Amino acid sequence: MNKKKELSVNAIKEGTVIDHIPAHNLFKVISILGLDHCDNLITFGTNLGSERYGKKAIIKVADKFFENEDINRIALVAPDARLNIIRDYEVVEKQLVTVPDEIIGIAKCFNPKCITNNEVITTKFLVVQTKPLALKCYYCEKITIEEHLKIH
Amino acid sequence: MKNRSLVSINDFTKEEILKIVRLAAEFEANPNQDLLKHKVIGSLFFEPSTRTRLSFETAISRLGGRVVGFSDSSSSSTSKGETLKDTIRMVSNYTDLIVMRHPMDGSARYAAEQSRVPIINAGDGSNQHPTQTLLDLYSIKKTQGTLENLNIFMVGDLKYGRTVHSLVQAMSHFNPVFNFIAPEELRIPEEYRLWLQSKGIKFYEHNEFTDIISRADILYMTRVQRERFVDPIEYEKVKNVYILKNAMLSNTKDNLRILHPLPRVNEINCDVDANPKAYYFQQAENGVYARMAVICFILGLV
Ligand SMILES: [Zn+2]
Repeated sequence: MNKKKELSVNAIKEGTVIDHIPAHNLFKVISILGLDHCDNLITFGTNLGSERYGKKAIIKVADKFFENEDINRIALVAPDARLNIIRDYEVVEKQLVTVPDEIIGIAKCFNPKCITNNEVITTKFLVVQTKPLALKCYYCEKITIEEHLKIH
Repeated sequence: MKNRSLVSINDFTKEEILKIVRLAAEFEANPNQDLLKHKVIGSLFFEPSTRTRLSFETAISRLGGRVVGFSDSSSSSTSKGETLKDTIRMVSNYTDLIVMRHPMDGSARYAAEQSRVPIINAGDGSNQHPTQTLLDLYSIKKTQGTLENLNIFMVGDLKYGRTVHSLVQAMSHFNPVFNFIAPEELRIPEEYRLWLQSKGIKFYEHNEFTDIISRADILYMTRVQRERFVDPIEYEKVKNVYILKNAMLSNTKDNLRILHPLPRVNEINCDVDANPKAYYFQQAENGVYARMAVICFILGLV
């Protein structure tokens, strides 16, 4: 991790730093991880320059360590995200996000005639392709591509 | 299959499809049986479809079963704002099986999750209509003696026609060759082309409806619907290109049969009706036997 960028947002003693989030999806990541209803100290930076992805965002959550299952939920909007686990100001572990085979909740089916858009139903998708992302709705069997993807 | 819902034709294996086709033939030979005596079947038509509903209700009646339900949503609790979930929960407490037609895509899969009894999908929006596919398969088997190695021509709206998509998927178990005849705007979607390629199944696409049909075993006609076209001029250009006339059948094979999911508008000229190769009215009748087979199979009665 680049020390200067690291310091551009407050350093944390214990917790998780989520890096390489596409800047335009920062708030989606916050919402998917439920950080908008979380009492921990959270700092984030956005529109940081990234050589690989254009503008990126970074989130630091003090005293929080995510389960793999939780973190894979952000794969839809931040497939290249990297997690740094911080203990006593040091990065002790790095994790990558993996796109799960099945996505439950989170995504919305693009098909306006889909039953999931007309009744209160938890959506369910099979991931048929990861790059670019293509999700097949378990209910209407139509394919939602990345371009049409909306997050609940 | 017992007590499993039938939502999509893909829910059936090749063996299960063959079993349904065999059972349909048995029911045709002996249609009046009491297999559904003391059974109550829910018939929930959230949108009207007289043809499909009568076919199912005839099948149930011939088997001695009773039907409860409604024939369009204005006469149901849905018009009072009840959710699909609540309707299905209630009806599945009263019945042994539910036949459901609903305008929303995916509604049948959802109903199957909520129901205590099996659901037979009688059409969920533009998604699936598996009993139509099974009656198409039964019609093909009956007229050709086999489902294997046939040359299937499909004509008209191959983009939106769900009966076309399901039949393509189901026939793919049986080593067919497909010929797709459609205007550019209504050609078979890419996902089905890729899928056929991945299965190594041969298919050819044509824009013109010509004497290439001389090689067909099955000619599956569909309706080109005006509302599918963004540009009305495009519709005017193609609307009369895909009309089957009796004269076009003179060089076709003796075993050729013409299928159509009905209702037709003008895509099959009336002068074809008297041709022995016209099979669409018998095809509709076959639906009763195919549905008898599906119902009894799902309830574990055969
Ligand atoms: Zn859907």
